[in-house]
Amino acid sequence: MDTTVDVRPCLINVTGCRQAYHKDANADLVVLDDVNLTLREGEIVALLGRSGSGKSTLLRIVSGLLKPTAGSVTWRGVEIDGPTDGVAMVFQSFALFPWLTVQENVEIGLEARGVPRAKREDLSEAAIDMIGLGGFENAYPKELSGGMRQRVGLARALVVHPDLLLMDEPFSALDVLTAETLRTDLIDLWMEGKLPVKSVLMVTHNIEEAVLMCDRILVFSSNPGRVANELKVPFPHPRNRLDPEFRQMVDDIYGIMTRRAPAGPKAATAVPVSPLATPLPRVGTNIMSGLMETLATEPYDGRADLPALAASLQYEVDDLLPLGETLQLLRFAVLEEGDIQLTELGKRYVEGDTDERKALFAEALRQHVPLVNMIRGVLDERWNHRASAVRFRDELEDHMSPDYAEDTLRTVIAWGRYAELFSYDEEAEQFSLEDIE
Amino acid sequence: MTATRYPSMAAGWRLPNIWDAAAFVCVIGVLAGVGHVAAGTLTRIDAPGATQITLDPWNLPAYAVRTTLRMFAALAASLLFTFTYGTAAAKSRRAALVLVPVLDVLQSVPILGFLTFTVVFFMNLFPGQVLGLELAAIFAIFTSQAWNMAFSLYQSLKTVPSDLAEASVSFHLTAWQRFWKLEVPFATPGLVWNTMMSMSGGWFFVVASEAVSVGDNTWKLPGIGSYVALALEKQDIVAVFWAILAMLVVILLYDQLLFRPLVAWSAKFRFETTAGATASDPWMLRLMRRTRLLKFVGELVGDAAAFIGGMRLSFGFRPRTLMSREPSRAIDIAWIALLLVLVALAMWRVVVFASQAISWHDVGVAVGLGLITLVRVVVLMIVASLIWVPIGVWLGLRPVWARRAQPIAQFLAAFPANLLFPPFVVFIVYFHLSPDIWLTPLMVLGTQWYILFNVVAGAAAFPGDLKEVASNFRIGGWLWWRKVIIPGIFPYYVTGAITASGGSWNAAIVSEVASWGDTKLQAHGLGAYIADATDKGDMARVVLGVVVMSAFVVLFNRLLWRPMYAFAQRRLTLG
Repeated sequence: MDTTVDVRPCLINVTGCRQAYHKDANADLVVLDDVNLTLREGEIVALLGRSGSGKSTLLRIVSGLLKPTAGSVTWRGVEIDGPTDGVAMVFQSFALFPWLTVQENVEIGLEARGVPRAKREDLSEAAIDMIGLGGFENAYPKELSGGMRQRVGLARALVVHPDLLLMDEPFSALDVLTAETLRTDLIDLWMEGKLPVKSVLMVTHNIEEAVLMCDRILVFSSNPGRVANELKVPFPHPRNRLDPEFRQMVDDIYGIMTRRAPAGPKAATAVPVSPLATPLPRVGTNIMSGLMETLATEPYDGRADLPALAASLQYEVDDLLPLGETLQLLRFAVLEEGDIQLTELGKRYVEGDTDERKALFAEALRQHVPLVNMIRGVLDERWNHRASAVRFRDELEDHMSPDYAEDTLRTVIAWGRYAELFSYDEEAEQFSLEDIE
Repeated sequence: MTATRYPSMAAGWRLPNIWDAAAFVCVIGVLAGVGHVAAGTLTRIDAPGATQITLDPWNLPAYAVRTTLRMFAALAASLLFTFTYGTAAAKSRRAALVLVPVLDVLQSVPILGFLTFTVVFFMNLFPGQVLGLELAAIFAIFTSQAWNMAFSLYQSLKTVPSDLAEASVSFHLTAWQRFWKLEVPFATPGLVWNTMMSMSGGWFFVVASEAVSVGDNTWKLPGIGSYVALALEKQDIVAVFWAILAMLVVILLYDQLLFRPLVAWSAKFRFETTAGATASDPWMLRLMRRTRLLKFVGELVGDAAAFIGGMRLSFGFRPRTLMSREPSRAIDIAWIALLLVLVALAMWRVVVFASQAISWHDVGVAVGLGLITLVRVVVLMIVASLIWVPIGVWLGLRPVWARRAQPIAQFLAAFPANLLFPPFVVFIVYFHLSPDIWLTPLMVLGTQWYILFNVVAGAAAFPGDLKEVASNFRIGGWLWWRKVIIPGIFPYYVTGAITASGGSWNAAIVSEVASWGDTKLQAHGLGAYIADATDKGDMARVVLGVVVMSAFVVLFNRLLWRPMYAFAQRRLTLG
């Protein structure tokens, strides 16, 4: 932390923010817990975290789209209640109105404020030119490529001259090259002081993007979402991705994000954690096998640096980390300090043939995934060896949001089918032991 | 916009082109027609010529104009209803508790059965005036149009993409602006399509509702429906064919002049992010874009709409957060309690009414007749499917034929089938056939086309790679039907079959009873029961018949079509 007192005016101040969804019977589902954030003029700040870490929720709270369950959000010192005037947002899905032309889309925010037509045209013309959309004024969004569409999204946000620009994973729906062009264009405009904004707050799950663009990074941990770490990025623009210091920082953040959640707060909770409380990501067995095989061969020989692995596989953190964590859960690999290492079990899996692999996988599931055990247990007990999926979904929903419960159940169904521990009838939503042994 | 506007306006002052002349004539013609009809509606009912018609074919154009204007008056009412009722149901959670189930029931009620009573009601509103009759006819058409339009708007409003909703809140659009800039455009394609379907349904009702008899009096509003009714009385088959011809022309005109351009225009609002293959513009839309006068008028309308939609009306609401606070439990409970009280009151009224006028025997008779009509509907659906599914598949798999067949099938679906009844009736009378069997096909005459054009659409959309797989593995014969094409078109087939079966129930009221001069043909069935009770003015039995029919329709939908539709959506759609 700097010892000097920051005197730049404060735009947004979030204190003690908590967001929870109310569940009838059980405890609330906590998405964000005790989050504090101060945003000053003249900085670009990233909220970095895995999907489900609540970073997008925080962005929506800052934008006034969502009211937090507890805690306060102030804009220039005043408590906010609904969308504030000085904030504009760029959406991951672009959120353009397909029936409006580029120009009409850009003008919509001005129109909402009742800006007269002539003024509107001047402002939108300027924004369209600045963002490199000149000549496309009369095009409809469906005629544009993804990159051009997001430029429209940017122009629409910038035309209202917001003090704070919010961006929700603005480049994650674009291909690698297009995203890079947009990032550099945006940073260039920022450095030249041409962006009519005072600050930028962006949500991302791309570590390199955060290090490339931002002055400050808040790293989120999941379940519930908390700010796990706050980092200052000291490099001047333009930044070089290949710079060793840059690489080191990326490596460090990988380390932070793969670190196990500190045991402290979890152990402190009085409620015993149910074996069903861990959501499982949608990770397929093929991709697990694929990663283990890749790790087992050259050049990795059983151990890989996550950023390097991600780069060579063209994976984002959001793809790679759930995969690595799943392997760790099943004891096929371990994650430590930004590296992934195959275990003895993992090596045996890679060497095995199909039947041996299935046997190893089944064994790992029965030992480390309580839900699989529970389903198989119920099936063994019943005289007809059948059980409805609904009861398991209900039990999962006591501990997590319906979406996670659905994902977890889907994952367990796929794993259990592969391991031939049970079969599943989609039509009847029923587990059974048909065709098993 | 200003910069581009002035040149186009300047162009408007140059010499009008030849198209302008044509357009001018059309506009004047429409205005004259409207004026003529408006004058007709304000006369007294016993004025000479007000409710008498002749079989002279030269009068048919005038009758056609009046029939068409009735349609559009009802359409305007339906749109008004759609935008109020549909919006209220979508915007207020508490209102939706009542409005949505009510709409669901209204969709299944054969309002045709109530025609007599609505006529009496409207005639009492304007005693001795033609206007009362006109309003009754318009109301009958309205009841055939409004429900699915309101449902379409409601469903669109409920499924507005969440990112666009967030964007509109985040950019401070007021509730009014949001409605016109986001929600209505999003709902437009579905609404236009449903309006088109409603118009098709409306023709059926307009023909049935122009000639009405209450007690001993029979009134015939000038129009194609009355013309046909008179032709039937006079046993004049030539006049019937003249009426069919007039109807064909009218439907062709409104289809070409109004709906083709509307559908093409509404494609602009379709929510898709990729540019699809676009069909060429229909000629009317091209005309509108080319003629200076029409273009100028169009721009004027567009600007006015943009101005109204852009007004920053907020009705006292500030743009709020999307999920601001938990709805109040207390008000919810009070609201539901109030609804329960109202339902209990209504139940009590029904029981009192029923115990006075209806015995259990009556109920048994109505349900028995309902079962007969049910058998008819089921048999007809099976027969129609056996005929049209193979033909539809054959057409749909051949793109050239599919393109030709599609508009024809849609056109046939729009044609009011009751105009085609007389030739059938003549046929039955001439050969002394059993009405119980031979009146049955009339029920499906107008509705079978929905099966055809949906199957054609399904077969045309069948994925090319799956077709290649089938031929690569030489899957043919019955196996091909069972495993390849029938599952492939099933979701489309179900959509068409739902519409067709619903229409058939409604058609039962007019098709189980038919007359030719003095000869009256009657089949056994619930439709005939309702028609009979209507003739006798027996309110209690009409209500009973309609309630039983609604119950059959609702149960049929819930127990057969819904599960089939859900199954098709779950298992037989790709991706």
